[in-house]
Amino acid sequence: MTQIEVQGLVKRYGDRTAVGGVDLSVRRGEIFGILGPNGAGKTTTVECIEGLRTPDSGTVRVCGLDPQTDSAELRHVLGAQLQESELPDKITVGEAMELYSSFYRDPADWRGLIADLGLTDRTRTQFRHLSGGQKQRLSIALAVIGNPRVAVLDELTTGLDPQSRRDTWDLIESVRDRGVTVLLVTHFMEEAERLCDRIAVIDSGRVVALDTTAGLVSTVGDRQRIGFRPSAPFDPGVLSALPEVFGVDRAEDRVTVTGTGDLLSAVVTELSRHGVSASDLRIDQPSLDDAFVALTGRSIDD
Amino acid sequence: MTVLLRLTRAETRLFLREPISVVFALLFPPVLYAVLGSVPSFQEAEEGLGGLRVIDLYTPIVVALAFTVPALTNLPQQFATYRERGVLRRMRTTPVRPAVMLGAQMLMYTCMSVATMLVILALGRVAFDVDLPQLPLAYIAAHLLTSLAVLAIGLLVGAVAPSGTSAGAIGFVLLLPMLFFAGLWTPRETMPDVLRTISDATPLGAGVQSLQDAAAGDWPHLLHLAVLLGWTVAAGALAARYFRWE
Repeated sequence: MTQIEVQGLVKRYGDRTAVGGVDLSVRRGEIFGILGPNGAGKTTTVECIEGLRTPDSGTVRVCGLDPQTDSAELRHVLGAQLQESELPDKITVGEAMELYSSFYRDPADWRGLIADLGLTDRTRTQFRHLSGGQKQRLSIALAVIGNPRVAVLDELTTGLDPQSRRDTWDLIESVRDRGVTVLLVTHFMEEAERLCDRIAVIDSGRVVALDTTAGLVSTVGDRQRIGFRPSAPFDPGVLSALPEVFGVDRAEDRVTVTGTGDLLSAVVTELSRHGVSASDLRIDQPSLDDAFVALTGRSIDD
Repeated sequence: MTVLLRLTRAETRLFLREPISVVFALLFPPVLYAVLGSVPSFQEAEEGLGGLRVIDLYTPIVVALAFTVPALTNLPQQFATYRERGVLRRMRTTPVRPAVMLGAQMLMYTCMSVATMLVILALGRVAFDVDLPQLPLAYIAAHLLTSLAVLAIGLLVGAVAPSGTSAGAIGFVLLLPMLFFAGLWTPRETMPDVLRTISDATPLGAGVQSLQDAAAGDWPHLLHLAVLLGWTVAAGALAARYFRWE
């Protein structure tokens, strides 16, 4: 069952094409990630889904609704958390929740919601006195106060410290566990890898890959990387000659070997044949980072 | 309770949490009026004013000042700030149209202006022996029309100003000439003809004269009503034209 369907979405600002033909479909109950570097067209894509922008061409459907023509109905089924969207300084958490819940036909119980989000002891606190993490939690609460079927969360954890970020991830999972389909926009690999069932990688306004997280990672193959410090100098050529090894790098006293298959035992066996042992051994499995580099030819932070 | 009333209540609560706004919008006008009324010579009938006292002339001026100050400073600043900080943008994602927020603000300022008007009229009656308006309906109508024109101008400022701070500044710059033509420094009765003619075409000039007429028992001049409607329609249309939610 598809909750969000986007086909051939194009959006231009003047002569700059922000989104150049995006297709994606989000299934009910999943956390779907839109991953890409800043300026890739992620936010423009979700703003078209939210009905805040009018696409130049292509179709968008959210629960069967056209955001342009069924805007009034869309507001009841889609909850949105926007980037850089604040509340009045002096409104309290409780007042904001009560006010926003009155906007909807069938709102969630706002007291229960802020209890789940750990904001109950902040009910009487004014917005300006909340921490960054608390503001983000309130923002999630406002996005789901109307009991939406779809929640769009845009760059939710940007600017948060690592602990708040992890707490927020738990909250996003709890939103999904309420039966809400989550569309998550992020440029954090770790976040996408941890949370998303499926991911669309967007680069320069296009979807360059759309798969499960595991599926994306497997596009880089089962490439592995082993790093260690050799106990004695040796000729790297002996490792390069192994069939499992793609390459050998030396940096100061560390050696990094990339390769495939049973790389570790091949390397260790070969080293011991030459009387060398490996200390500080580290093995890296391929990650979404590697997949992103393989797909776009650059790192997401560039 | 409808969403409009809930929003109006929420906005009013926020307004009352800003001490400076409360002082200027709600306390300053009656205090100014009391100070003017306490000047002994302002309580004496003057031949040159057709037997009226200065305090009689100042009653409609202070009433107009009371709603003009918040409408030209708080309203545009508030709206531009809400736009700047994404408050309106967030509201766009809910079933409530942000236009309802406009309505809530207008309703709030209108209610406050009626409240300050009643306080000033009561103060005038009790303390300075100023007669209550002889045509109360005409007085209310003139009051609402004038405040609507001024609110429309405030919305226009909020629509075109790039930020909250600049909206407040632009509003303040407009406020001074408007209050001048309302007669705050030189009541219309003592203005040279040229100035009074200009004043007739300004929202507060037309508004203050209409209030004065209704207080004295005459229906406001059609010219003044047309001026008020004209400002409301022109500023309102331009505000709608230039309004951006984000």
